[in-house]
Amino acid sequence: MKRHPFSPRRFWAMVVKEFIQMRRDRVTFGMMIGIPLLQLILFGFAINSDPKHLPTAVLSADQGIFSRSLLFALKNSDYFRFVSEVNSEAEAQKLLDGGEVQFVVNIPENFSRKLMRGERPTVLLEADATDPVATGNAISAITTLISSAMDRDLKGNLQRLKATPGPVDLRLHRKYNPEGITRFNIVPGLMGVVLTMTMVMITALAVTRERERGTMENLLATPARPFEVMLGKIVPYILVGYIQITLILLAAKLLFQVPIVGNPVLLYAVALVFITANLSVGITFSTLGQNQLQAVQMAFFFFLPSLLLSGFMFPFRGMPDWAQAIGSVLPLTHFLRIVRGILLKGNGLIDILPHLWPLAAFMAVALTIGVKRYRQTLD
Amino acid sequence: MRFAAVESTDPEFIIDVEGVTKRFGDRTVVNQISMQVRRGEIYGFLGPNGSGKTTFIRMLCGLLTPDAGQGRVLNYNILTESAEIKKHVGYMTQRFSYYEDLSIAENLDFVARMYGVPNRREAVDKSLERLGLTERRRQLAGQLSGGWKQRLALAACLIHEPKLLLLDEPTAGVDPKARRDFWEEIHSLAARGLTVLITTHYMDEAERCHRLAYIAYGSLLTHGAVADVVRAAGLTTWAVTGDNLYPLAEKLRGLPGIDEVVAFGNTLHISGRNAAQLQASITPFMGGAYRWEPIASGLEDVFISLMETAKDNFA
Repeated sequence: MKRHPFSPRRFWAMVVKEFIQMRRDRVTFGMMIGIPLLQLILFGFAINSDPKHLPTAVLSADQGIFSRSLLFALKNSDYFRFVSEVNSEAEAQKLLDGGEVQFVVNIPENFSRKLMRGERPTVLLEADATDPVATGNAISAITTLISSAMDRDLKGNLQRLKATPGPVDLRLHRKYNPEGITRFNIVPGLMGVVLTMTMVMITALAVTRERERGTMENLLATPARPFEVMLGKIVPYILVGYIQITLILLAAKLLFQVPIVGNPVLLYAVALVFITANLSVGITFSTLGQNQLQAVQMAFFFFLPSLLLSGFMFPFRGMPDWAQAIGSVLPLTHFLRIVRGILLKGNGLIDILPHLWPLAAFMAVALTIGVKRYRQTLD
Repeated sequence: MRFAAVESTDPEFIIDVEGVTKRFGDRTVVNQISMQVRRGEIYGFLGPNGSGKTTFIRMLCGLLTPDAGQGRVLNYNILTESAEIKKHVGYMTQRFSYYEDLSIAENLDFVARMYGVPNRREAVDKSLERLGLTERRRQLAGQLSGGWKQRLALAACLIHEPKLLLLDEPTAGVDPKARRDFWEEIHSLAARGLTVLITTHYMDEAERCHRLAYIAYGSLLTHGAVADVVRAAGLTTWAVTGDNLYPLAEKLRGLPGIDEVVAFGNTLHISGRNAAQLQASITPFMGGAYRWEPIASGLEDVFISLMETAKDNFA
């Protein structure tokens, strides 16, 4: 047999050809540069697993010096940002349920007087512990914060109160997820992540596949209207989405023992908006991409910020404002709040409305762009 | 009922368009094409690759909007009633454009639903039977050979009983036997009143059309029945037979009056539009081992000559 040695010329021909093809496919090349850049920015700047300035409501029945310096100390710590003062337990509860505040600091009547008497008055810190990571650091900081704040004011004969167990009895109330079990937060969140990933990916291929295989021309030659085609491509996957939701709910209940407090029927209803929103995004990508590879890359480009900025992986409130602003546009962000709200907090329709309408708005915009883009595919 | 109205007016021309133009950017792909095709006619549409045939057909069936021009297809306005046109036109694309991951029957069923064919199941069965695909109904379209794919595509674009068939190179890559069967089918459909506009590169197919048009560089160069087209070209053709014709061809090329020299095995065809000049140029080469005789010009001679002239005009 003749020897067939490695030919640098053939190898080089291959290299040159690959580079030419890479240059022709601008979108792919852009993604190769864009995705690492995006990751760098998101991981480097936006993500912070030690969230600070967490919105906190104050329910204080005491105007004494000690309660004032206690609140002052909390505020100074950077962990707590006082956003509202409430007058009743019910009001505080509503804020927590709606996810508007992360903490409620509850200072009882006669706090200062009891403290001076050495009666160890109770300060109640209620935390929305659905995401244990978001509250963890603040909670662990608070004990030290309180005692050092009190130390400053405990002078003269009050100094004796500094001794253990300390002047204040701090009670922590971790709501919705009392044991701080991470998977209670993660598993419902996964529902949104899985839906985003599969729904966007699948439909991103929907139109480009027709174009790549040449079936698009035939489809356009039939009397079918763009909206009929879009809807026809979306509906089967809505069903797939519901199968996924059911599987995850069953797994959450049976496998992970996640408490399901709210009404699953409400979740199923709301999920329709979320699934359709994602499918519409996919369809839009699919009309933008020239081939299936590009469409998948665009889907990934959407998925990455969804995963990182939605509050699934890292606490939403730990991110800088610009990242929160981007996150607030993404459907996953709102769906996560809804799922966690319904499953862990027992939210009803009224509670989730503030998160539902951005989702619906997103869906409407994405679907409109998708249909508009589809119209132009041949002309 | 709109449908009935169209039937009763029975327009003589199924396709009647004027000055149809399409530009992509600053490139004019179809330039001022007018065309009239009668009911039941098989109209051949010829021209080199990239001459604008596909673009023109896409405008006829409402896939593209013309930049200029007007006209009617099946008595519907091509600019405003493309939705109606789509319902009554069967369009067979150049590339196989049905779903390779659906079976033959599933593809037909999908198309039938898209067009809202009444008695769908029956229509699908009938179509399978007529094209001899009944046995293969469960076979995936992607597994079919070129000839069978073409039969499927034809079946699919006939399923809603269109009044006009637009066939874009339907026989490209199909073997001669399948091509012949295909043309039999086309003729029998035309005999039943269906109008067919068909693009092709094969001369034998062009000669099977009732009338034809030739387009190059987006412009219509000639049209009419085969004999008319040949006559109108005013071409004189000589055939030379003998051995070792290549050096002779080299010498003849470029002489005044000689537009083209084409080799066919052991024969050369030499043609030109100016008969006297041609005669003068070839006389010195006559005699010797070669046998010269004047022959009737073929369609291919005519088309190549047309294309050469067009190139001069558009270059």
